[in-house]
Amino acid sequence: MAQITLKNVSKRFDDEYVVNNMNLTVKDGSFTVLVGPSGCGKSTTLRMIAGLEQVSEGEIWVDDECVNDVSPGKRDVAMVFQNYALYPTMTVKGNIEFGLTNKKVPKKERESLINDIASIVGLENHLYKKPQTLSGGQRQRVALARAMVKKPKVFILDEPLSNLDAKLRSQMRTELIQLHQRLGTTFIYVTHDQVEAMSMGDEIVLLNKGEIQQNDSPMNVYHYPVNVFSAEFIGTPAMNVFLMEKIMPYTSNIDKDAHYVGFRPEHAAILTTQPYEDSHCITLQGQLLTRETLGSETIYQIKHRAGNFTVKSFLPPLEENNKNVFVSIPYEKLYFFDENKEQDRDHHWKQASSLTVEGM
Amino acid sequence: MIGKKAFPYAMITPSMIVFCLFFIYPIGYMIYLSLHDWNFVSPVKDFVGLSNFTSLFSEQEFLEVMRNSLVYTVLTVTLTTGTSLGLAVWLNKQGIVYRFVQGAMFSPHIISLVSISMLWMWLMDPDYGLLNWFLGLFGLPESPWLTDPSTSLLSLVLVAVWKGIGFNALVFIAGLQSIPRDMYEAASLDDATWFRTFWKITLPMLSPTLFFLIIINVISSFQVFETIAIMTQGGPINSTNTLVFYIYEYGFNFFKIGYASAAGVLLLIVVSVMTFFYFRLLSVKVHYR
Ligand SMILES: Nc1ncnc2c1ncn2[C@@H]1O[C@H](COP(=O)(O)OP(=O)(O)OP(=O)(O)O)[C@@H](O)[C@H]1O
Ligand SMILES: [Mg+2]
Repeated sequence: MAQITLKNVSKRFDDEYVVNNMNLTVKDGSFTVLVGPSGCGKSTTLRMIAGLEQVSEGEIWVDDECVNDVSPGKRDVAMVFQNYALYPTMTVKGNIEFGLTNKKVPKKERESLINDIASIVGLENHLYKKPQTLSGGQRQRVALARAMVKKPKVFILDEPLSNLDAKLRSQMRTELIQLHQRLGTTFIYVTHDQVEAMSMGDEIVLLNKGEIQQNDSPMNVYHYPVNVFSAEFIGTPAMNVFLMEKIMPYTSNIDKDAHYVGFRPEHAAILTTQPYEDSHCITLQGQLLTRETLGSETIYQIKHRAGNFTVKSFLPPLEENNKNVFVSIPYEKLYFFDENKEQDRDHHWKQASSLTVEGM
Repeated sequence: MIGKKAFPYAMITPSMIVFCLFFIYPIGYMIYLSLHDWNFVSPVKDFVGLSNFTSLFSEQEFLEVMRNSLVYTVLTVTLTTGTSLGLAVWLNKQGIVYRFVQGAMFSPHIISLVSISMLWMWLMDPDYGLLNWFLGLFGLPESPWLTDPSTSLLSLVLVAVWKGIGFNALVFIAGLQSIPRDMYEAASLDDATWFRTFWKITLPMLSPTLFFLIIINVISSFQVFETIAIMTQGGPINSTNTLVFYIYEYGFNFFKIGYASAAGVLLLIVVSVMTFFYFRLLSVKVHYR
């Protein structure tokens, strides 16, 4: 049980800032997901929290103790590595036991702890095998067991599922969520997969180029992206973002002062016939380029003079020969960003009612 | 069709010829000679059965030679392996100093054994040698080195260790570098002390390297010859006479070819047993990824 606080933390590798002036509070008992594109400094941040990497500037606090000079083993954190980093010369039991022996836990207690953990992660029958003889999912469980058995204050997981196949990954995802609920320990989880981030985290920290872009709950990150990066990173397919001036010719209901406008593919409706004039929607006419049918949903690429964009629809797929389509997006589902690609908070689309008044 | 089948055999024929000519044939001939009495020049070789072997084992000198070989091997191997492992752990770091020391340590490996022997004879000279001068400098008692039976074998061990350390340490360093860094990171998160990390992680993961070095060191120590031939000629009072030098002396100084061959057969058996043992143990016990 612990709260982690990063105060102005930076990490340099020969003058190159990999993590830049990061301020972050990981709440006690939360499942915090660090997500971002490859190379954005997620692992480095984690490794600084674990103590495997020294901070260049700033402080890391666990509860009310600054741990900058505390060795990894004394920080009470446990880490699950991306490639598991199991000790190949030890059996599964040896792997789990190693940290306990180092902590001088008496033999009897060790045995009962190991047995408990093994039954939690379902490894009872594999305790005397070497890690090399296990499957990927089983190794994953050994790595988890090795971390869990120490009863750490904080769990740190660096892309633990990236080596598993899709089915096992979604299974382990559920298991990890349950594990977190059961233990109530603080989890810090790294991934570059936004689906994982959305589904597992109760707190998302979105990173790019060593800086925090947004730190909020998954739903808030999805509904209220603070900048274009955040809007485009979370959600599949990514949000369609246009320069304002490209869209202006097709609508009269938006103020001009925003710089970018975007909408999510799933908020647009796709039609084959011209819809009635609707003052609540913007309608774009374009050509259907491609169609991906994924079963429950269909993703369309649409060519438009303002730029190509995608639409996600849960209706039965359109016939391929319907080349000419109409896409309508409700005004209230539009996102506006200023010239720095930050969210434009003051911006509003003109209310339909006021428009009607003006028109009269 | 026949041609197609014969093709692979044709391809390996040259190497098989070389193998038979320089490996199988000499071994066979040695075994053949060990059952005969021959003085190298006489046209007749008298068949004597196993009597060469029985006389070997009844000879006090031969038992002493075997004991010398054993002591020399055990000491050389433990000292070389232990010291070079320690050095490797210490030198396994980045930096110009470490690279220089690695290179300097390796240099004895590329010097011929004859030069090394000459160098050490000069260093170990009881009256004018540098070693005794050093000992004197620190007020320590001088050593007779090669000239006394109580220290002569140890002196040869010292030379062998000095020559072997560089190569051994280099192989160890290569082995150490193949251990993934995250093993150590995981261990540090598991709060393992340096010693426990070394004992439980480094050493087991190094075991293939360790085992390989021990075996090649044992085999080469058992076959030591040059330093003995040049520095001591097996003396004083047989104290440095080891198996290969013994075979050489009986074969080419006393021309008792049959007897020398019998000793050679014994050497072959010892080395083969160790090699066999090496591969057996390797396949079952030693950690290999
Ligand atoms: N030891 C190091 N020396 C120099 N540069 C490093 C070192 N470790 C990481 N970096 C650099 O820091 C940057 C961030 O690396 P990091 O491993 O934190 O990325 P990441 O967000 O975990 O990416 P991924 O999703 O691919 O794992 C990268 O550009 C990388 O090249
Ligand atoms: Mg990473």
